[in-house]
Amino acid sequence: MQPLVIIGAGLAGYTLAREWRKHDAHSPLTLVCADHGDFYAKPMLSNAFAQHKEPERLINAPAAQMAEQLGARLLSETRVEALDIAAQRITTAAGTLEYGALVLALGADPIRLPLAGDAAAAVLSVNDLDDYRRLRGLLKPAARVAILGGGLIGCEFANDFAGAGLAVTLLDPAPRPLASLAPAAVGERLAAALVAHGVDWRPGRALRAVEHAATGYRLTLDDGSELFADVVLSAVGLRPRTQLAQAAGLATARGIVVDGGLRSSAPAVYALGDCAEIEGRVRAYVMPIMQTARALAQTLAGTPSHVAFPPMPVVVKTPACPIVVEPPAAGLAVDWRYEELAGGLIARGVAADGTLAGFALAGSGVVGQRNALVKALGAPV
Amino acid sequence: MKVWQCVVCGYIYDEASGDPEHGIAPGTAWEDVPDDWCCPDCGVSKADFEMVEV
Ligand SMILES: Cc1cc2nc3c(=O)[nH]c(=O)nc-3n(C[C@H](O)[C@H](O)[C@H](O)COP(=O)(O)OP(=O)(O)OC[C@H]3O[C@@H](n4cnc5c(N)ncnc54)[C@H](O)[C@@H]3O)c2cc1C
Repeated sequence: MQPLVIIGAGLAGYTLAREWRKHDAHSPLTLVCADHGDFYAKPMLSNAFAQHKEPERLINAPAAQMAEQLGARLLSETRVEALDIAAQRITTAAGTLEYGALVLALGADPIRLPLAGDAAAAVLSVNDLDDYRRLRGLLKPAARVAILGGGLIGCEFANDFAGAGLAVTLLDPAPRPLASLAPAAVGERLAAALVAHGVDWRPGRALRAVEHAATGYRLTLDDGSELFADVVLSAVGLRPRTQLAQAAGLATARGIVVDGGLRSSAPAVYALGDCAEIEGRVRAYVMPIMQTARALAQTLAGTPSHVAFPPMPVVVKTPACPIVVEPPAAGLAVDWRYEELAGGLIARGVAADGTLAGFALAGSGVVGQRNALVKALGAPV
Repeated sequence: MKVWQCVVCGYIYDEASGDPEHGIAPGTAWEDVPDDWCCPDCGVSKADFEMVEV
């Protein structure tokens, strides 16, 4: 019997392996990954610094222990170079492997902005533990850090570093943080909290060029102003890794196209996690990975299953002003109604028919209302 | 007995059931769960859990 082969040993690959083993303890399983294969919680990367967690302490289980627990053959530091769908075979630097079923859990690449200047290549992004190690090595006490992008990841890093005494500047072309995720007043609330936390927040500003300076870098912004930093961290978004799938002729769009059963356009090939576009949507968060891994594990164990997504509010881990957002369905117009409480701000997205279509919570005194609001979704406000 | 939820992945820690697979006996109160315990599903730290009403 050919093994189930999973490419990728991030949260998606490992969660699928674990869920599948709950149904099938003995069939052969092979995991192949380009990285070290140590299991770590990626969401911790953006709140580990102020907690004084060294990169090594973020590893929950080393690769060898994962392989043993999962009863799997694990080929780490082994990049997959090609998929041969007709022959049900993959090619790696170390040889070829045949599969019974293949799961792509390849993750995503950080988007690199086109920047001018002789130090443009020094701009870092952090999307895995190795990136994080590199960054941590550069964060000397009182380092000046410029962060590009006020989305979830940029805001979390800004809060984390400012909380640890670094001099943080956060830039975004949008007028407020979380602009594509949260309603206006919630973004403004977070901006104010980050500023009170010491972050130099520059709304409406984009970076144009990075040059070497006497110490660190000189950054030129789109209004011609300059800024100096020792570390420049880009957090402007991720692009699903579709190249392998595309080269093998699988349907790809923003991500690797799969249906609600996580099936790609090729027989016996599935995808999940940050690389996948599931029923038209890339969902680069942990909760959807948990849901899809459970459904796919059942399918692979012989019970074809369709993933169902419950409401999965996004939690922004910014202790200066914790945020929870359940965005309304894409394209749905809502009227945001705000309720100001002592512990924070509640925003309710009310649809034309008067029902609750989404919500956002800002502040440590209100984020606990998450489950109550999830229950109220769809009900008249 | 109280119930806690991982805000990142949704895993539920129920004090009544504990997490015996990772050395936390049934009946262990949340404050007695060691600080270095991690979410068994997604690996985030104890700090990323919140109490939930069930
Ligand atoms: C800083 C940060 C904070 C975050 N915080 C949150 C949060 O609070 N809540 C939340 O829900 N989500 C959060 N996320 C998102 C979440 O962490 C990701 O959605 C999730 O970890 C993605 O897992 P994955 O397994 O799909 O990808 P990855 O973890 O990137 O794994 C990809 C795997 O594929 C392997 N691979 C890729 N190409 C090849 C190849 N050609 N050959 C072999 N192997 C290959 C890699 O080596 C790796 O093992 C955060 C992300 C970041 C970066």
